[in-house]
Amino acid sequence: MSETALEMNPQGETVSRIEVDRSAEWVVTIYWASALFWLLIATLAGLISSVKLHSPDFLGGIEWLTFGRIRPVHWDTAIYGFGGTAASGTLLWLQARLCQTRIPFPALLIAGGVIFNVGVLLGSIGVLMGQSTGVETLEFPLYAMPLLVIPYVFIVIANFRMYFTRRSSHTYVSQWYLMAVTIWFPILVLAAEACTNLGAVDGVAQAVANWWYGHNVVGLFATPTGIAAAYYLIPKVIGKPIHSYHLSLLGFWSNAIFYNWAGTHHLTGGPLPAWTITVGVVGSMMMFIPVITIGINHHMTMLGSFHHLKTSPTLRFAVMGSMVYTLSSFQGSLESLRSHQEITHFTHYTIGHVHFGMYGFFAPLMFAMMYYAMPRLTGNEWSSARLIRIHFWCTLLGTALYAGAMCWAGIRQGQMMNDPAIPFLNIVAFTKPYLILRTVAGLILLSGTVAFLINFIRIVQPHKLRFVTPTLLNTERDYKMLLDKEKELNNDR
Amino acid sequence: MIGRSIGLSVGVFLTIAASVTGLVIIPNWQFRELQPVKKADGTQYPVPYFGEQLKGRGVYIDQGCIYCHSQQIRMKGYGADIRRNWGTRRSVPRDYIFEKPHQLGTMRTGPDLASIGSRQPSVVWHALHLYNPQITSPGSTMPRFNYLFTEMKSGDALPAGAFPADVIKIPEPLQTNGITQLVPNDRGKALIEYLRGLNKTFPLPEAAQ
Repeated sequence: MSETALEMNPQGETVSRIEVDRSAEWVVTIYWASALFWLLIATLAGLISSVKLHSPDFLGGIEWLTFGRIRPVHWDTAIYGFGGTAASGTLLWLQARLCQTRIPFPALLIAGGVIFNVGVLLGSIGVLMGQSTGVETLEFPLYAMPLLVIPYVFIVIANFRMYFTRRSSHTYVSQWYLMAVTIWFPILVLAAEACTNLGAVDGVAQAVANWWYGHNVVGLFATPTGIAAAYYLIPKVIGKPIHSYHLSLLGFWSNAIFYNWAGTHHLTGGPLPAWTITVGVVGSMMMFIPVITIGINHHMTMLGSFHHLKTSPTLRFAVMGSMVYTLSSFQGSLESLRSHQEITHFTHYTIGHVHFGMYGFFAPLMFAMMYYAMPRLTGNEWSSARLIRIHFWCTLLGTALYAGAMCWAGIRQGQMMNDPAIPFLNIVAFTKPYLILRTVAGLILLSGTVAFLINFIRIVQPHKLRFVTPTLLNTERDYKMLLDKEKELNNDR
Repeated sequence: MIGRSIGLSVGVFLTIAASVTGLVIIPNWQFRELQPVKKADGTQYPVPYFGEQLKGRGVYIDQGCIYCHSQQIRMKGYGADIRRNWGTRRSVPRDYIFEKPHQLGTMRTGPDLASIGSRQPSVVWHALHLYNPQITSPGSTMPRFNYLFTEMKSGDALPAGAFPADVIKIPEPLQTNGITQLVPNDRGKALIEYLRGLNKTFPLPEAAQ
């Protein structure tokens, strides 16, 4: 450690892991509890939307629950409510741990978390009441947006503060991604809002800006946070260093340079000059470079350590996330090709891909972060290994069924739509069984969420007694016994 | 150490500055000069939305029609948009110069609506379809928008402000609960006018190929 680093630290003292975690306990727990709340809401809204697509009379004729309103509420609560708070909690805790500093301005960050939740709530109610802006992914009425942006300013300030006063001269690859997220996201939101809802541009130029944002909100926000989590957790759990430093560098910069050009493939075939789409296709194809390098780095690190998957909840979710990252990114790059888009654009295939990425890659990595960090933050252990196993298998099987059913249905749907001899309503009839399968997948995902929620509520409750050893996937846990003993203790007094 | 941190921050900033320039600023420069074209009869295409159609566009947005319906026709030979009779030519940037916010859409759970007005000019068809899609399109998964209509049983008086000409008769075999007639409310009427006005068939020179 260099002298300057020591002088730079505001506390001017060595900060142990325990101190870091203590400073983060409230802040990070509040962000992650919010994330799980919104995940539940988003899943329920998604389920309602899903049922409506095969049984339109389900909750039919109720204006505020009509498909065109509950569907954007599903995505916005998923990306902002769940994604925003899960990623922010991850960002704050990881950065504090890696910089070996206490989390700065805890009161401000907690206030920010509350404001952010109010913003998502107001925005969702606004959309349900018919005040959607009509711009995909930016549907929240304008009055809700400052409530989403201001808390992020606090997070950016805290993140910069930690990074520039860190105790180690060395920075870890996860930190590059976290720094990048905090620089990208505010620019992304402000530029996109300016171009769409604040009216700086109209017509097809607005569509390009819209999809530049729609793609980047995943690529420059969810993805880097997920990769940062994988880079941290995999080596940490198995106790081996990352496969290659140089590959991490290549992966980081190629991801930074190429991802943000990829969004226009969402407009393939649309009323735009060919160059805008070509740029998007090239950007998407170039994504093979970061995806392959990051994949090699994660999977080669894992090589020889797969036996840990039997016991470690964190590792299971982290490895699922990093494997699906590779798969869904390959899928996404190929999907951008014009010949592929001719069939799958405008179909359920896209929906399948989004869920594969968000629920197969991003969400499991956020879950892995929570499984790893929550015992360290609260001093408690997870109360049930069985609930963790249920959560894992529901996440894996639900996502596989969802993505499988939707992608297959989408390919056939697209082929049928490209054959004008097939009446449109026949295509609708063809997709119905797959849409029902999607509802089943949604129910499986919901069960997993509920299992996790039970475990999460138990771990944040104040307990007099606690489990001492870490909860592994094969650990026997008797939460009822713990409660009974606690009761006895209370009675004795 | 600080130097490298600043290098990282600046580099990351430059990556997004590049794509903002390329995908947000430059497209806007390219398209903002686009003007409507004069038709032979002295009118222009496209025209800005106003009155009922503008109001109806608001209803289209607040009901979230975009999540199932696109408004863009792909060129001949790429997909079957034109062969499905969804349009007569591909859509071009000029078609959209008055679209604010754009409603291009990326999903076709339902058919494309770029020119639904030329395909389905009938008020009665739109009213029945919006009121209950099963009347006009059995098997459709579109939601009912019955709340955009006043339902009338035979003998009921006209709702305040409605004209006899506004009344839509439901075909006899499809009547339920004794409801025989409908009157679109203000928002229903506006939405129908907006949909009937959607028409991108005017031949623009740049859309010839």
